[in-house]
Amino acid sequence: MFSTIIFWVAAVLAVTAALGTVVARKVVHSAICLCALMVGLGLLYATLDAPFLFVAQILVYTGSIVMLFLFTMMLIGIDTSESLGETIRGQRVASGIAIGALLVLLLTAIAGALIESPGDLTASNEHYGGNAQGLAMLIFTKYVFAFEAASALVLTAALAAMVLAHPEKHGAKTGQRELAAERMKLYADLGISPAPIAGPGVYARGNAIAYPALLPDGDVAPDSISPTLLQRGVVVTDAPALPDLVAEAAAEIAGKLPTPNSTPTPTYTPPFSSTSTPTFPPPPPLTLPPTPTPTQTTPNPNPNLNPDSPGGTR
Amino acid sequence: MSPNAYLIVSAVLFCVGLSGVLLRRNALVVFMSVEVMLNAANLALVTFSKVHSVLDGQVAAFFTMVVAAAEVVVGLAIIITIFRSKASLSLDDARRLRH
Repeated sequence: MFSTIIFWVAAVLAVTAALGTVVARKVVHSAICLCALMVGLGLLYATLDAPFLFVAQILVYTGSIVMLFLFTMMLIGIDTSESLGETIRGQRVASGIAIGALLVLLLTAIAGALIESPGDLTASNEHYGGNAQGLAMLIFTKYVFAFEAASALVLTAALAAMVLAHPEKHGAKTGQRELAAERMKLYADLGISPAPIAGPGVYARGNAIAYPALLPDGDVAPDSISPTLLQRGVVVTDAPALPDLVAEAAAEIAGKLPTPNSTPTPTYTPPFSSTSTPTFPPPPPLTLPPTPTPTQTTPNPNPNLNPDSPGGTR
Repeated sequence: MSPNAYLIVSAVLFCVGLSGVLLRRNALVVFMSVEVMLNAANLALVTFSKVHSVLDGQVAAFFTMVVAAAEVVVGLAIIITIFRSKASLSLDDARRLRH
């Protein structure tokens, strides 16, 4: 039986996706699981002789509602930190008991009222020429007032969203003078530096924003990385490991490039090896490929690697 | 497939959504769990529509979808507004509404 197979596939997909929505640590994963749940439910509707709802489910839910969730995450940042402590004593245990009791109750009710006949919607579906036509007939005749109320509801919701999400400005607009005074006050009170925040660093491996800037003593400047990246754990924060990364990249490039004919390879030692800081062990001397001559056909894949030009990386 | 299987799936989905509402603190996840519960109810409606061989259940499910869409729009706007003032998505931080 074809619909039985679809039922089992869709039911397993839906329940797994629902569990994933609830259990996932990251909100984005929850949203993706919600997408899968909606697709599974749509398949279930398709096996229940509801082709219009099957399409509407996928269009409305995966197409707009989950997208709305994703847009919200984009606006307010992906904050994965969740307080795990209980604010109400015994809330988790009580919730678990309540959920289990409700599940048992529902399953008992279903088991007590086992439905023998699966029902047949073909006559109702064919009465007006199709499922969508039959639904339209019902919506615009029997349920027309509910439909009008729904339109008013949607309109109100759109207005409410505009009013709520619109950022309200209280008081006069703050100018340069006020901003500067506020900055200096923060510096005086809390010691927050009035200087601009350092930008992310640029290293031989890449110039992504995941590479933090280094302070003059070789430490990582924590302000130079976005806190969102820190939360995701994609930041290269290991300052002592950075010289190794640079050496690795240099070796990789040197292995890729054609061997130099007779020009002596310049041996370069990074400038930070001369400064003896405890947090920054001196890296091994790097062997850089020669700078390409104009006749060379293969361009240097990473011209920013040459640290002799300090302004070249900008 | 017997309608009972659909009803069991619906009950399980409802309880999973309920657990998300009761146990999670992140406002967005709680909101998604509410969506799961709404859809579980929808599945039961469509199943009973087939059992009774009338289309009214499907119309009810359709209206539930409309209400869910409106609810999501307003709810997410509220979440954004709370996030602007509290800089947090945790529901525990939003318990004080007087400020």
